[in-house]
Amino acid sequence: MINKKLVIIGGGSAGMASALEAYKQGVTDILILEKNDYLGGILNQCIHNGFGLHEFNEELTGPEFMSRFSKAVNDNHISYRLQSNVLGISKDKVVTYSNSYEGLVEVKAEAIILTTGCYERNAGAIQIAGDRPSGVYTAGQAQLYLNCYGYLVGKKVFILGSGDIGLIMARRMTLEGAKVLGVAELNPYSAGLNRNIVQCLQDFNIPLYLSHTVKEVKGKEGHLEKVVIAKVDEKFAFIPGTEVEFDVDTLLLSVGLIPNCDLLNNLPLSFSKTRGPVVSQDMETEIEGLFSAGNVLHVHDLVDYVVEEAREAANGAVKYLNGKLSHKGHIYDVKPGNGIGYVVPQKIYLEDANDKLVFKFRVAHPFKDINIFIKEGDNVVKKLFKPAIIPSEMEIVRVDKALFKGEAKEISVYVEERK
Amino acid sequence: MKELICITCPRGCHLKVDDNMNVTGNFCPRGAKYAVSELTHPVRTLTSTVKVDSKESPRCPVKSKDPLPKETIFKAMEEINKVTLSLPVHIGDIVIANICGTGVDIVATKNISK
Repeated sequence: MINKKLVIIGGGSAGMASALEAYKQGVTDILILEKNDYLGGILNQCIHNGFGLHEFNEELTGPEFMSRFSKAVNDNHISYRLQSNVLGISKDKVVTYSNSYEGLVEVKAEAIILTTGCYERNAGAIQIAGDRPSGVYTAGQAQLYLNCYGYLVGKKVFILGSGDIGLIMARRMTLEGAKVLGVAELNPYSAGLNRNIVQCLQDFNIPLYLSHTVKEVKGKEGHLEKVVIAKVDEKFAFIPGTEVEFDVDTLLLSVGLIPNCDLLNNLPLSFSKTRGPVVSQDMETEIEGLFSAGNVLHVHDLVDYVVEEAREAANGAVKYLNGKLSHKGHIYDVKPGNGIGYVVPQKIYLEDANDKLVFKFRVAHPFKDINIFIKEGDNVVKKLFKPAIIPSEMEIVRVDKALFKGEAKEISVYVEERK
Repeated sequence: MKELICITCPRGCHLKVDDNMNVTGNFCPRGAKYAVSELTHPVRTLTSTVKVDSKESPRCPVKSKDPLPKETIFKAMEEINKVTLSLPVHIGDIVIANICGTGVDIVATKNISK
């Protein structure tokens, strides 16, 4: 067994950013474990631009953004292992991994940051009716084939779900000569960013069918031939007679991302509404010294926010390693109230917290003209007005720690429409 | 009065432009610039990939260094798909200079050494 101060699981943007932050704060005995044979994670296949406006104040592509971090990791000689699959994490923070050049390795870590990202919901997860032909891919799969290997998965495409990856693939496949016949979204509003509706769909006259979903896929000969979409009512039940059939060879699914935290399954932890682990203000899970950040915690809209959160987790890990997380004093449970889908963090140790408490949340559905409240017990600590708010945009609110009294058990975040 | 959604950044501001090209609703100055450009001569940054003469890294991502006039996008794609790069490739290497006579270069966005 080898010993390490800090083991980081996952060498994507969150993993690299947290490693660099911990290094900057004086923790240099770091090991990053990455399953692929390259650092940077999903950004390697996100060749479009729009990354780094917060972080670098310029607009970069995914590979450009990622390479700035991997260069810094290399320049600082932070050690990492590629092609290394983590098999388990124990309660006392022993990380077991394997690769072809070291075999099976056990590392006793003083602190761990889990930055394993998320995975895509696939065809099995949404139970599409009909045949089971080839030609049905998740949008990210098609993106990997096209952008990293140069294979266009089809020529006549329909996309289910208006998540950003689906929208970006609509444009990308159109540019490469495919015909994208439409995008269906179950909800009456888009799941993707407005800018992607404009520049990926409207630019190419690709129709967006809101309140529609795929009713059936057809492909008797083994390959996809047709998809049938239909309109749904408020309860997502199909409305008879609204069916439209499309001749396609490809169906892309962009129907949601799920935190990839299977490694935590055997640990005594609870999970939040995000399907990631419950964490404190320092991104620490319920196991002391085990931290988590990025899409494994909750799915972010922007890599810039992932990086910011990874630094918060690294800051927490460094505090922990320096004996500065007491886990004493007043503890709050943070709860999503009216109109809120989820809030991160779910626990706050007031004594350990930095000067600002950061609340990240999404609304459960779109609102117009609302106030957002952050309440400690019955006492409103912060109120802010928003002319419009949608679930696909994460809100970040920072509140002075000094405004909290440390009395009530609960902090709640909720919205109220203005009268 | 025209209404637009700004695509300059993920914020996606709702812009309003009056007949004298006065822009409102923009959070930052880039929004005003975008609105005027969009209503006079729309441009888009183009990203794609080119072939690489390498078994390990068969594609290299590229981008237009500046936005291209929207109507040249598909022509530019034809040119991009004719290119094969040899190793090594560095971020910023010019892959195609002055694509389609626009004055804009297509540049590599990834370092590839093998």
